[in-house]
Amino acid sequence: MEETNYISVFCKIREGKVNLNHSIIYTEEQKEADPGMFFKSVYKHFQFNYPKFYKMDKLSQLAFIASELLLKDNKVTEKYNKEDIAIVISNRSSSLESDTEHQKTISDTENNIPSPAVFVYTLPNILVGEIAIRNLIKGENSFFIFDKFDAQFTSTYINSLLNSGKANCVIAGWVDYYEGNYDAFLYTAERTPGVIGAEHTAEQLNNLYK
Amino acid sequence: MKKNAYIIADNIISPLGFTSVENFDKLKSMQTGVKRWETSALSSEPVCAAVIESKQLFAEFSKLKLDKTFTRLEQLLILSISDTLKQNPSVDIKSPKTLIVLSTTKGNIDLLSEEEKGKFDKNRLFLWETGNIIASHFNNPNQTIIVSNACISGVLAIILGKRLLEEDTYDTIIVSGADLMTHFVVSGFQSFKAVSNEVCKPYDVSRDGISLGEACGTVVLTNNEKLISGSEKILVKSGSSSNDANHISGPSRTGDGLILAIEKTLQEASLKSSDIDYISGHGTATLYNDEMESQAITGTGLQNVPMNSLKSYFGHTLGAAGIVESIIGIHSMKNNTLIGTYNYKEPGVTKPLNIIKETKTARVNNCLKTAAGFGGCNAAVLFIKE
Repeated sequence: MEETNYISVFCKIREGKVNLNHSIIYTEEQKEADPGMFFKSVYKHFQFNYPKFYKMDKLSQLAFIASELLLKDNKVTEKYNKEDIAIVISNRSSSLESDTEHQKTISDTENNIPSPAVFVYTLPNILVGEIAIRNLIKGENSFFIFDKFDAQFTSTYINSLLNSGKANCVIAGWVDYYEGNYDAFLYTAERTPGVIGAEHTAEQLNNLYK
Repeated sequence: MKKNAYIIADNIISPLGFTSVENFDKLKSMQTGVKRWETSALSSEPVCAAVIESKQLFAEFSKLKLDKTFTRLEQLLILSISDTLKQNPSVDIKSPKTLIVLSTTKGNIDLLSEEEKGKFDKNRLFLWETGNIIASHFNNPNQTIIVSNACISGVLAIILGKRLLEEDTYDTIIVSGADLMTHFVVSGFQSFKAVSNEVCKPYDVSRDGISLGEACGTVVLTNNEKLISGSEKILVKSGSSSNDANHISGPSRTGDGLILAIEKTLQEASLKSSDIDYISGHGTATLYNDEMESQAITGTGLQNVPMNSLKSYFGHTLGAAGIVESIIGIHSMKNNTLIGTYNYKEPGVTKPLNIIKETKTARVNNCLKTAAGFGGCNAAVLFIKE
């Protein structure tokens, strides 16, 4: 029998706006050339007290602020065992922003030396690690790359995790950052409807993502 | 009912050879692919690594007589997948029921370098484009799925393949993983002071860091019994991943993340630790990783099970590692042979492990492959010979 899973809460950060569920909860006052400034202003506005944020690359910073807003609204770590919460995220540009940064240290050796603080961010799944560490989440991990958000694959794979009992809750979605363009869409998928109560299907995901 | 996933063909390309059998034979006689390289293309100082000879790759790839130009990584993937298709001609890669899954951490990252810049379209840097190139070369109609999850990518890609085959959407999944040996990767690990000056020494008392490597590995998984030939079947029985939630660039000291992945894997298979015949460890030969593994292996009651690391043969091949090392595990089962851990002499982890020193024959009916990676991720997958 097919079980029903739900998109319970979602957070979207795009074009200087932060959406939680269907409301805009923060807007950039004036457009910054560097989106990193916007991420920092979100961090400060919501008073996330987590100094490690400043060590992260912009991709992880974006994932961090989206996950904080999502998990403040839906306290999944209080509802489920931390071993039963999975994190499944994908993006388009992998870690190319930090890759380019690290490459500079090889190409321009006079002004740069390779740094472990940069190199560690040359893997896209580090952002999954950052969310896991912050929330002490220990369940399944996966990071996928697609040219654009793939609601079909995302919904199918996450439903299979939930239906087989490999996870009771999944923090899922899309976090992309490259060359000043950014897009974050994170949500929780559970067996209970939550605030949004949309069925966890490709169609519903596409509706909420767009 | 959930369908079973069987492995029906496999290939390894490494400095030790261009087929799984060539690679397995070299390992059987304990020959390593890691050697000292003095080339500015990799590092400003000499570095021990497993690098595929470009001349040899060119010779092998030329045999395919293709008109288009492909990057080094794409050449490896095409050669590796082509070899598996030759082994099992009934696999229809053009079918909508066949899916390609790629595992890579850095893809065509060499294209970022000064030497390679401009040789290919900029899109080629994106991992999804690698998926498009491979699918279009083989006329596969589905969107390739790219797994990029640090050093557990390969194991994770096999687990994904198994899970997708439980349903009816696909009947064949080709899982291929590759990563290149580049200045990019070498300089990064050097900045962590994680690279050994010699061939790495997994689990050994004098281990002092990793050796890096370049390889490609492919396994073909199916749930279609008609595609299985031969008397022995290799089943992908179970698998799981987890996170330590401890540190982005260091493993947990207690091994709790890996313990969780192993426990879930055994549980899914309804097996006990005493049922396991062989563990193919991660064994990068860094102080912290090998120590973490000794905690996790002991913590799951697996400390007496024969175990090896293949990193001193292939180097750490990142996105290829989980696949290449699983294939050696599969051939160990088929040949009832356990490969000795090259360069392992004296135990050097807190909790004693049963590390295989010399290659030997033994009954091997199953193989537990484990992996761990940056970002705190861990994974385990279990193969069973039927």
